[in-house]
Amino acid sequence: MRKQSRFILSVLAFGYAFLYIPLLSVIVYSFNDSRLATVWGGFSTRWYGELFRNEQILDATFLSFRIAATSATLATVFGTMAALMLVRFGRFRGRTLFSGMITAPLIIPEVITGLSLLLFFVTIQQWFGWPSQRGFSTITIAHTTFSMAYVAVIVRSRLSAMDQSLEEVAMDLGCRPARVIFDITLPLIAPAMVAGWLLAFTLSLDDLVIASFVSGPGANTLPMYIFSKVKLGVTPDVNALASLFILVVTVTLFAAWFLTNQREKKS
Amino acid sequence: MNSTRNPCFIRIRGVSKLFGDFVAVDNVDLDIAQGELFSILGGSGCGKTTLLRILAGFEKPTTGRVEIDGVDVTDIPAYDRPVNMMFQSYAIFPHMSVEKNIAYGLRKDKVARAEIAKWVDEVIELVQLGDFRKRNPEQLSGGQRQRVALARALIKRPKVLLLDEPLAALDKKLREHTQFELMNIQHELGITFVVVTHDQEEAMTLSTRIAVMDKGRLLQVGEPKEIYEYPETRFVADFIGTINTFDGQVSAVDEQHIHVDCETAGGDLLAFNEHELKPGDKVCIAVRPEKIFISREPPENNEDIRVKGTVDDLGYLGNLSLYRVRLESGKVILVSQQNRQRSAKRSIEWEEQIWVSWRPRSSIVLVN
Repeated sequence: MRKQSRFILSVLAFGYAFLYIPLLSVIVYSFNDSRLATVWGGFSTRWYGELFRNEQILDATFLSFRIAATSATLATVFGTMAALMLVRFGRFRGRTLFSGMITAPLIIPEVITGLSLLLFFVTIQQWFGWPSQRGFSTITIAHTTFSMAYVAVIVRSRLSAMDQSLEEVAMDLGCRPARVIFDITLPLIAPAMVAGWLLAFTLSLDDLVIASFVSGPGANTLPMYIFSKVKLGVTPDVNALASLFILVVTVTLFAAWFLTNQREKKS
Repeated sequence: MNSTRNPCFIRIRGVSKLFGDFVAVDNVDLDIAQGELFSILGGSGCGKTTLLRILAGFEKPTTGRVEIDGVDVTDIPAYDRPVNMMFQSYAIFPHMSVEKNIAYGLRKDKVARAEIAKWVDEVIELVQLGDFRKRNPEQLSGGQRQRVALARALIKRPKVLLLDEPLAALDKKLREHTQFELMNIQHELGITFVVVTHDQEEAMTLSTRIAVMDKGRLLQVGEPKEIYEYPETRFVADFIGTINTFDGQVSAVDEQHIHVDCETAGGDLLAFNEHELKPGDKVCIAVRPEKIFISREPPENNEDIRVKGTVDDLGYLGNLSLYRVRLESGKVILVSQQNRQRSAKRSIEWEEQIWVSWRPRSSIVLVN
């Protein structure tokens, strides 16, 4: 009995070590006093301070958060609309096709999504003269397109689990159909929407590949900045930056998990 | 029934509903009087819920019209109809308290706050939910949820209240109790209730009248007694209660009676000729188990129908005894007798040779 549980524990420990030691080493080395990123020179928080004096990093961070927040919001709006349409508005021509297509962006390789979006932006620029410059707007649109699929999938599963007679009751009691969505449907799927938003936010924050494709000169998101820095050799401030990044993403995902769990227990 | 009440309060004319090729409701004509507690009874998939949803306005009939209180409501959407519905799942809004759930309908009608509070108090009193008004739905039991759903549907004082399997989600004991409560509330408010149910016992106890449905058609409409004692089709006879049937052919007709030659009964069965039948017509004679007498000696009354048999099985239920009797033809029929005498001994035992008999009046003639 004891032996077995010890065995299980060590398997568990190994698995998690495999997952988390690389991340941990980044966090540990972010408190390294040495100028060389890979040589330990004592504990210090100087690189965190350095971080906040680096204009480039601050710009990249600000851009990344702006893109993440905007694209997450747009993705939530569009994703929810798509889910509502697929689940609630009966059978229409091509519904099966559309509900299959909504999940396609989840499995298409990022490189291909990025490439096709780039081609798309270049083409419409030639035709309409917009976007004259690739950067915030193009990355935001690109992120919206793929994270919208995630939101739609989350909201759709919540919607189909929801008792449809709740909406009918509201209508029966004198509520107009357009109003029912705000009175009943949206409050009940709100947790899924929030979870979807948070997921879209972190997806956008994490993305390097698609952003690299559709970005233009001068517009560097945080992952792009880190990646370019690493190519020139890792500096300790990148470790500090990465640590903060891990913190933000973890907190957001935890909040998403907490919110959905909390509400589900209730209903 | 009060004679001043409108006998055609709900008027359904030629209503059909098709889902693709499937005929859910097939050319239904039905009148429901004001203040009735009307039940639509049928098995699952018989179209009863679809008919109810047509009344509520959730489904539009493919053909036909629906009138409520003299107004054609066929094209009026659910939210503008003077009709409220209680759903089978009760569909309590999970994000609102009991009070808010109940007040919802009035808030949608932009009724003044003070007025709403007054009505809510009244309805909560009616369904005895006083202690639970601030609760959230997840803290309620099944019976309490049912009350919230009922109160929420009643608060708008609808002309018609539609109830979809109102008691199906409750356990047996609670169901019986709630049944009478529903009847009291209906009586008190005088609102016309239309109940959809698959439970024939529930329909019999609750309703002033019952409509039996099968495959989208109305088979028979009548008071519970009529439906039970005078079923018009084999389906209705079978669906409501238990019944013994004998297929046969009319062999002779006299002034009042018909003689039906039934192979399974081993001879002629007598019945009243209510359908103007002629010799040679194929009919079915049906008898309810409680209309049959069971005796050791041949019954004295010569008019009675008498058939010999053996007791295959018997069951003692306290108030009743049930017998499975094998006739000489091999057919097994069900007989039930009230236990009128207080006795610990059985009067009739297993494998005993007995006579079963019934009055010609008790023979139900079903013409296919």
